[in-house]
Amino acid sequence: MTMPIYVQGAWFFGAALFIFGLKGMSSPASARKGIIIAGYGMLLAIAATFLIPGLQNLGLMALALALGGSAAWISGKKVKMTDMPQMVAIYNGMGGGAAAAIAAIEFAKGDSHSMAVTVLAVIGALIGAISFTGSCVAWAKLQGVLKKAYRLPAQNAVNVVLALVAIALGGAMVLMAPATPELIFAFFAVALILGLIVTLPIGGADMPVVISLFNAFTGLAVGFEGYVLGNPALIIAGIVVGAAGTLLTQLMAKAMNRPISNILFTPMVASGPGEAISGSMKELSALDAAAMMRYASKVIIVPGYGMAVAHAQHKVWEMTSILEEAGIEVKFAIHPVAGRMPGHMNVLLAEAGVPYDKIFDLEEINGEFAQADVALIIGANDVVNPSARTDKSSPIYGMPILNADMAQNVIVIKRGKGTGYSGVENALFYTDNCRMLYGDAQPMAGEIIQHLKAMG
Amino acid sequence: MDGLLALYIFMLAAFTGYEIIAKVPVILHTPLMSGSNFIHGVVVVGAMIMLGSADTPVQQAIGFFAVALGAANAAGGYVVTERMLAMFKKKED
Repeated sequence: MTMPIYVQGAWFFGAALFIFGLKGMSSPASARKGIIIAGYGMLLAIAATFLIPGLQNLGLMALALALGGSAAWISGKKVKMTDMPQMVAIYNGMGGGAAAAIAAIEFAKGDSHSMAVTVLAVIGALIGAISFTGSCVAWAKLQGVLKKAYRLPAQNAVNVVLALVAIALGGAMVLMAPATPELIFAFFAVALILGLIVTLPIGGADMPVVISLFNAFTGLAVGFEGYVLGNPALIIAGIVVGAAGTLLTQLMAKAMNRPISNILFTPMVASGPGEAISGSMKELSALDAAAMMRYASKVIIVPGYGMAVAHAQHKVWEMTSILEEAGIEVKFAIHPVAGRMPGHMNVLLAEAGVPYDKIFDLEEINGEFAQADVALIIGANDVVNPSARTDKSSPIYGMPILNADMAQNVIVIKRGKGTGYSGVENALFYTDNCRMLYGDAQPMAGEIIQHLKAMG
Repeated sequence: MDGLLALYIFMLAAFTGYEIIAKVPVILHTPLMSGSNFIHGVVVVGAMIMLGSADTPVQQAIGFFAVALGAANAAGGYVVTERMLAMFKKKED
């Protein structure tokens, strides 16, 4: 189908706005403008598509746009910031599903294409379908609908066999084009099942990396289907996202010290408790904690997902403001994987009103702990465990951590004596300069605020 | 489209994606993932083209499904990204 020049031109302009918008999103100051610009690009591209001459099923099309768009718009407006990762996962899965469905119609029509086009259509369909069902599983796990990691006996062998079957069926579709309906059906069934089976055994802690990987998958699928449709706007948007998503996935996997192959093919196991830790955990009261910070000159706060679960962000920010008014320098240190996806903690702090120029990355702040009088750790555990630096037998050895142990004093607000997500004991809690404040983060922060106010 | 020309577009788009993300600070990784998620929502355009040329009930059903999913991808991706980015503020704002 040849497109009129005004449709082509609008798509071209839309693609330019996408790249321009994505570029804007690379800095906090211009990020919001960036997404709005990209939003206009999307509206333009969709509006232009309606102008294609001879387009059929317009009523169905408008209905589908209205249904899908409004359902997602409403759910997106309502979702809590803590639940953001699974929401991103499900929207992404839908994009993958759409790309796979485009390929399905293309195959069903049975138009003759060059072999290269058919190959790309098959690859796009395969990764789009995997992204669709895989993202649904990721959503279900993070949402708590699926609570367990389901691991088949010989899981890796099953994965490999299924993947080979999917590739064989895809190969048959290329060689025997146009494919029979039975073959098309079998191919999509296997691809969809493959997405399910691969994702089911992956644990919740690894899910953010998987979501990012599926985001890259959907991007590539969209790019490939764009090639099949001869639509450069889809190619550009899809491949830009595919490349960006691949890089983001690598950055995340590195921050978690887990190679991607490891996440996909081996479960996270506590490979032994690591070296025995000597010493004991020492408690302190909220009053002592307040006093320690009130008479400090520099405090670094290390928030973890536990803080977000306890909804303590607002209290923590209130406490920070009181300390700052008393002339104490307060900074937030964020580990790359704090929260349920990289940068998630920044979003949660931003929601509480913490300005982003108070929030620092691991590389930026690690040198500063030595000058801090107090490191206050709230609901974080593994990301401050010094065993990651020193104990070669520890399962988390080698993971980059925040050097909170180098501060003069460490205060840990923690619900109980349990271990973190990895199941590893935290050597930090047993060091001489560390004090434990047991309790829920929100009431504890509230108590500290009361004491701080009393101190004036 | 000319196959080789498309290959050039693939290559340049891949570099563009890599370069844009490589400089992004960690604090923006979540909104960025969701923002790039929004951008591949342009798949809805492809879905509309397919539905617009579907001529059997099965193709229409799959096309309807594709457009609805693509629209959800675009709308949802936009809303959550905009909501997150609206919260990022500097101290004096």
